[in-house]
Amino acid sequence: MKDRIRQVIKEHGHLSVDPGTLADDADLYQAGMTSHASVNVMIALEDTFDVEFLDSMLKRSVFESIDSISQALTEVGVEA
Amino acid sequence: MTADVDTGLVEAARRIATDVAAPNAIEVDKEARFPAETVAALREERLLSALVPVELGGAGASLETMAQVCFELGRRCGASGMVFAMHQIQVACMVDHRGDGAQWFDDYLREVVAEQRLIASITSEVGTGGDMGKSVAAVSEAGTDGYQSFEKQAPTVSYGPHADAFLTTVRRAPDAEPGDQVAVLTRRDQMEMEPQGTWDPLGMRGTCSPGFIATARFTPDQVLPVAFSTISAETMTPVSHILWSHVWLGIATDAFDRARAFVKAAAKRKPGEPLPAAIRLSELMSELSLLRAEVGLALREYCDLHAGDRAKLSEMATILRFNNLKIAASEQAPKVCQEALGVCGIVGYKNDTPFSVGRHLRDAMSARLMVANERIHATDASLLLIAKEV
Repeated sequence: MKDRIRQVIKEHGHLSVDPGTLADDADLYQAGMTSHASVNVMIALEDTFDVEFLDSMLKRSVFESIDSISQALTEVGVEA
Repeated sequence: MTADVDTGLVEAARRIATDVAAPNAIEVDKEARFPAETVAALREERLLSALVPVELGGAGASLETMAQVCFELGRRCGASGMVFAMHQIQVACMVDHRGDGAQWFDDYLREVVAEQRLIASITSEVGTGGDMGKSVAAVSEAGTDGYQSFEKQAPTVSYGPHADAFLTTVRRAPDAEPGDQVAVLTRRDQMEMEPQGTWDPLGMRGTCSPGFIATARFTPDQVLPVAFSTISAETMTPVSHILWSHVWLGIATDAFDRARAFVKAAAKRKPGEPLPAAIRLSELMSELSLLRAEVGLALREYCDLHAGDRAKLSEMATILRFNNLKIAASEQAPKVCQEALGVCGIVGYKNDTPFSVGRHLRDAMSARLMVANERIHATDASLLLIAKEV
């Protein structure tokens, strides 16, 4: 799952570094993801994993690292 | 008024608004000068520290109380209301985000109480395209003396020449991304403020907000310990929108009151004759009530979330909600003022009658520029693509 998350971030996160080089717990915002880009990441994640996030998950902190994203995806039923 | 409103503080604010802000409002506007008497009176009543918690010596007032004070001041002098509102926003950010056991901020808040310090913010910056969520300026590495520094070029610093301290947004470190920001509180004596340009705007003239190049030297404990994105989402943005909109509601309410006084005077002169302006006044009242409803409801919703489920304040649906307050109130307030002008006609257009509403209209027109509505719409457009229940 984390490889697919990295792929989504690579395509939509507009980071200043390659997500492949980022640790699972690295801060994506500190790596250059803007609020606007984070929305595109969320949309692409929903599409890639065919899920919908809950409103309570749609906040900055949930999308701040690959770890936190994978936890959110697990919560909405994606198998690890 | 709800039970959470400190009626004593609101009464004091109403007295200051009537006795001090109102008689100076025309001069403050005409000369674009700081409403110094009003701020002095607010200090006297210890209103600058009203939001500071009781354990640090403040009144521990609620946001409802502060909102009501903004309304009362805005009703008599828009610039006075806005200066007060902006100061309280900086205080709220410190109160909410200083963290447990943050000695420097606890001490500084005690100083706000003892000395009635006035705090401004330096959030806008040349080169960011008006995006408060990005900074060019950065906090330097600490020197051997332990001090850090920044230099920031700000196109506007509201009441910059009159503030005792400044809450400034900067990048967390020299190599941090533009959106990786922190907020730093620095005293005037830790700063150099080099003025840039002049201040001769259309409205809100008493806020005295020219540009500055601000440089500061400070210790690391003067940096609020959480990311600015969190401060902005949970406190600065919603509290700004709530307090600003109460100022705008105050301005619009006085414009309505003047239109109403005009119609009453006209009705007395010609008793029993048809009075077209009276119909327009009735239409105006419904416009004002829409503004009042949106502003009051948003305040209650924020206070409920702040007291209960604070994490919800960071959710996109909540961000959308308080962005909408700003957009709606900033468009409705000048509309009410303009229609009040329509009721009063030429005596409203003239600047020296009891029914003048020119200042109200000009002050209210600043609302859509304080974080441009176009920018907020762009943010909302993006959030609407993903948020669920809004």
